[in-house]
Amino acid sequence: MTANSDWPLWEVFLRGRRGLAHQHVGSLHAADPEMAIQNARDLYTRRGEGISIWVVRSAEIHASDPDDQGPLFDPPADKIYRHPTFYEVPEDLQL
Amino acid sequence: MSSIAAVVAPSDLVEVALGLGDDCLILSYRLSEWTAHAPEFEEDVAMANLALDLLGQARNLLTLAGELEGRGRDEDELAYLRDDRQFCNLLLVEQPNGDFAVTMARQLFFSCYQVLLYRGLAQSSSPALAGIAAKGVKEATYHLEHATLWTLRLGDGTEESHLRMQAAVDQLWPFTGEPFLTEAAWARLCDARVVPDLQALRERWQAEVRAILREARLECPEELGRQRGGREGLHSEHLGHLLAEMQHLHRSHPNATW
Repeated sequence: MTANSDWPLWEVFLRGRRGLAHQHVGSLHAADPEMAIQNARDLYTRRGEGISIWVVRSAEIHASDPDDQGPLFDPPADKIYRHPTFYEVPEDLQL
Repeated sequence: MSSIAAVVAPSDLVEVALGLGDDCLILSYRLSEWTAHAPEFEEDVAMANLALDLLGQARNLLTLAGELEGRGRDEDELAYLRDDRQFCNLLLVEQPNGDFAVTMARQLFFSCYQVLLYRGLAQSSSPALAGIAAKGVKEATYHLEHATLWTLRLGDGTEESHLRMQAAVDQLWPFTGEPFLTEAAWARLCDARVVPDLQALRERWQAEVRAILREARLECPEELGRQRGGREGLHSEHLGHLLAEMQHLHRSHPNATW
């Protein structure tokens, strides 16, 4: 086996039997979308993990810049009132 | 209407189950030879999956054959302790892997046959055969899709891939007629609605495979191939080599487990 640089990389998302949303499970190489779905089926659903597959060309995914982590994700850190745990739940409330 | 047991000879069922089981076992072994040698990691796993599907079908069919035979032979004894003349698989499935195109042409020809066969067998008056076929038809359908996509991709691909895919079709075409030859046992079981009519299957196989080959810009002869003998135990030289490797461990260390 050789690593083939001709075939683009694809990201694979699966929706499980009881899952509501597709979740990222990994990536693979394939020449086109059909092959990517077949390969995803063979690589990631061998133990009945999913009932729906999405594949997306990895090159089509735009990611946030790791260097921006501070400005992007730190500001909410001191805004605890955004978490539901900030509020006290009345004792007689039936959940 | 008489009961099935009254009109169906168990020996006929044994013969048919053995033949179909051997098809699955031998092709499974051939596909497993690609493990760690496939052109891509992804395809490596895909072919191992096909091999495992077929191995599961082989186990069910050989176990059924052993039970019906009533001589106490189980799946392992049938798989590992028969000689090549006692195997009744089609010549197509024992053909060497060749290049990737040959493996995919073999899979296309066999899986198309198997899908049509299992669809028919799923309606069988034999509950055991119907059950095995109903489970297997989903697996075979996927195998056919996989082989079809590769046939189209290679046949209608680059100049090199087209030449190789055409050579693969030419090489294996002589073995395309054998699956549809009706032996005496099959004919009797067909009358009892245990197995489907092979002539009808043959027509549909021709239509489906020819349509795929046409779309892939591949040519094939008008007539199906005439090579035969596998069902009677008359095999090509390739089967002996395959069995020597496949059976070596069991024969050297009987009933070894790990």
